[in-house]
Amino acid sequence: MDINLVYMVLFLAGIIGFAALNAAYLVWVERKGAARIQRRTGPSEVGFAGLLQPLADGAKLMSKQILFPDGIDKPLFMLAPMFAMIPAVMILVTIPFGPVGFGPFADFMLVAREMNIGLLMIFAFASVNVMALLLGGWSSKNKYAVISAARAVSQDIAYEIPMILIAITIVMTTGSMHLSTIVESQAGGFWNWNWLPLQGNLFGPVTFIIFFICSLAETNRAPFDLGEAESELIAGFHTEYSSMGFGLFFMGEYANIVIGAALTTILFLGGWLSPLPASIPFIGAPSVVWFLLKMYLLIWTVVLIRWTYPRVTLWSLLNLAWKIMIPFALVNLLGSAALIKILPMLGL
Amino acid sequence: MSSQALSQNQEVFELNLGPQHPATHGVLRVKLVMDGEYVVDAEPVLGYIHRMHELMGENRTWAQYLPNMGRLDYLSALSYNLGYVELVEKMMGIEVPERAEYIRVLTTELNRISSHLLWFGAFVLDLGGFTPLLYAFDDREQILDLLESVTGSRLTYCYYRFGGLYNDVDDDFLTGCTQFLKRLRSRMPMYHDLVTGNVILRQRLVDVGPISAEMCRRYGATGPVLRGSGVNYDVRKNEPYSIYPELDFDVPVYNECDSMARYMVRMDEIEQSMRIIEQCIAQMPQGDIMAPKVPKMIKPEVGDYYHAVEAARGTFGIRTVSDGKNQAYRMKLRAPTFCNLSLFQEASKGMLLADALAFMGSLDLVIPEIDR
Amino acid sequence: MNKATITTQLRALAATGMVDEPETAPAPVVEEVEEGAKKKAAPPAPRKNGLLEVDPARKGVHLDVQLNGDQVVAAAQALDAEGMQLEAITGVDWINDNELELVYDYSYTGGEFFRVVVRARIPRDEPNISTLCDVFPSANWHERETYDFFGINFEGHPQLENLLLPEDSDFHPLLKDFKGC
Repeated sequence: MDINLVYMVLFLAGIIGFAALNAAYLVWVERKGAARIQRRTGPSEVGFAGLLQPLADGAKLMSKQILFPDGIDKPLFMLAPMFAMIPAVMILVTIPFGPVGFGPFADFMLVAREMNIGLLMIFAFASVNVMALLLGGWSSKNKYAVISAARAVSQDIAYEIPMILIAITIVMTTGSMHLSTIVESQAGGFWNWNWLPLQGNLFGPVTFIIFFICSLAETNRAPFDLGEAESELIAGFHTEYSSMGFGLFFMGEYANIVIGAALTTILFLGGWLSPLPASIPFIGAPSVVWFLLKMYLLIWTVVLIRWTYPRVTLWSLLNLAWKIMIPFALVNLLGSAALIKILPMLGL
Repeated sequence: MSSQALSQNQEVFELNLGPQHPATHGVLRVKLVMDGEYVVDAEPVLGYIHRMHELMGENRTWAQYLPNMGRLDYLSALSYNLGYVELVEKMMGIEVPERAEYIRVLTTELNRISSHLLWFGAFVLDLGGFTPLLYAFDDREQILDLLESVTGSRLTYCYYRFGGLYNDVDDDFLTGCTQFLKRLRSRMPMYHDLVTGNVILRQRLVDVGPISAEMCRRYGATGPVLRGSGVNYDVRKNEPYSIYPELDFDVPVYNECDSMARYMVRMDEIEQSMRIIEQCIAQMPQGDIMAPKVPKMIKPEVGDYYHAVEAARGTFGIRTVSDGKNQAYRMKLRAPTFCNLSLFQEASKGMLLADALAFMGSLDLVIPEIDR
Repeated sequence: MNKATITTQLRALAATGMVDEPETAPAPVVEEVEEGAKKKAAPPAPRKNGLLEVDPARKGVHLDVQLNGDQVVAAAQALDAEGMQLEAITGVDWINDNELELVYDYSYTGGEFFRVVVRARIPRDEPNISTLCDVFPSANWHERETYDFFGINFEGHPQLENLLLPEDSDFHPLLKDFKGC
């Protein structure tokens, strides 16, 4: 049997497990984190420190009845939650998590199926997520859900543009859409990472922040959670969903947070590269541990932001995207392009 | 304009906000006619928890009716207690001992702070910020503990009696109050740093939901809504009752007329209430807490009487008609948020849905009080 | 807001109302006697139209004006022009006189402590009175509430539906002959 096939199956199982585990335990992290921020204890009954709470929640969700409200478009209604989860898993397949970094398989790359157009593929699948919100909201035959779907679509389209423009800037400076190549090009200490403006990317830190904000908005997280603004639209597009229909939307949301953080890590924070000089043994070596550390740090920032800020309104959200971020990303793109041409002419 | 007339001209749809909706904080229903995200018409539909308190007032003796006061606006129940007992004392000509007056004002102002704190948390929750609610509840919890120690209940207080109080306060309560004030003083800057100065919050509130002073007058709006429109009117100052004239406090007034102004009025009122409480503690006289001669059976003289107090949400007025019996002939409760909400329909026209809800939150609605 | 203007206008209004009733034509326009001075034992006779300056410390209002049912709009306009606000509208059922009383509370938020109460009695069998909605929009809800509780028909009201009671209820709980449902 082809050894690659075994790898593929193992990795796919691993990716699906990773997505599910993250979805479940990020909920726990979020609840515990929120509780610490709000001077509460959070889940503490089920298991040690409530660690089994996600399992209990999952069991509860799965055992509940799936309700179909009258007059809905049933096929689309059932399809929408799958649209929320499947693209997320597909994207995770292409994301490289880096080499193991230690032990006998130190150089073994943890990636299910890397492609040399990985970035393009990720953005292509990320766009499918919008479909899930649109279909879910539209097919539920609920006015709140329809408003929410309309909001979610306009929001996701608005924020995809600056996100992609900035990704293009990174691709230009690196010269590749291959995620591993992008990470390797940032090697040589944290000052070489893309978030600092030393790589031809004109406004490095600003683009990093814009990209991060966009990933927040793309995943419908607070303060951009207009799609499911519970004080306005009850639960938005998943108002009518129960049981695992809701569960899949929920898992999809957390999987998307993981993807957003992973992508930001790869594009701006040097992926699995260590911030320490390579001469230091063990902790100076590139490792998946560094990748996860950076990724979860970003996710924790996402959690902090959610429990700190009130929600923006739709208009100011769209204004931010169309009037500030997109022009800025365009200027940055053109400036960086010019810089890439000019610097070699000057012999730098 | 009715919804039918509108729908001929433009594509609108009706949206039922409530009676079960996270933003209405109770069972209020708002019938919205929407043009996309814009509110074309918003008609509040009331009565979901109407309990006919006014009829109860005609079927109970004056003393039996006292506990009903805590069930109107359960968040600032003591203001309502105060309004009612002062009305009966006014009718009967009962003189209240000074110590009782001070304790009344002290506890009423504590209750006002707790009401404003809850509003503060719930309002930011309406705007999508979760955390301030828990912080506000943390502080409010201290007040509830303090008030529980003297009144015996935590929410629907019935503490005042005709001619005095049910229970005297002890030194533990007073030191508890002082400690609480110290704690809240140290936390107010944090609230202002975290919430008032927040860019998103200001964006959501500044210039949202403008209510002019003239509109307030036409709709009879009172309380922080009126003071946020630049009108310096506070029953405690303008129509003095109890010992308020002897106390030194300011009435916060903001001229911006928007939701932010109403927010700031309430935040400043917390500070002013703290000042009042401090003065009450400092000047608290010794003595009785009950008037010596309070008739067992309250039978006011024939006639009708009116009394208004400043509750946390505006002017709470009681008009009662006595026919000389031990029950009221007519008991009219004038609830402040009833009037404050009535301007919502006109003021919310053309707003975004999110802004309309922020505006509704800034009116500080308590549904049991509206429905009575 | 000018107290003297309001007093003069309302007094004049109350006086014109008197003219419509020939049997009370020579009666004094102003009653300076306080209500409390009346004896408790005898049931109070319905008041004559007129303006009473009462003690706010005792009654909670400064002016107590009794008018005819068709004069409340004129009174509201006079008070509106002076910058008063309508605080509440309510009714009282005087079943023994076979009359319903409408009570309009006005207050002033401009600084001075000044409250006016305007009353009007209408027959219990034909509870019709014109609406104040055109003068004060706040009257809309107050009148709907009064309609709920007393069944008073406010003529010209844009939307006279039940406000607090269920929309299909046909009883008026604050009428004294209401026996529960």
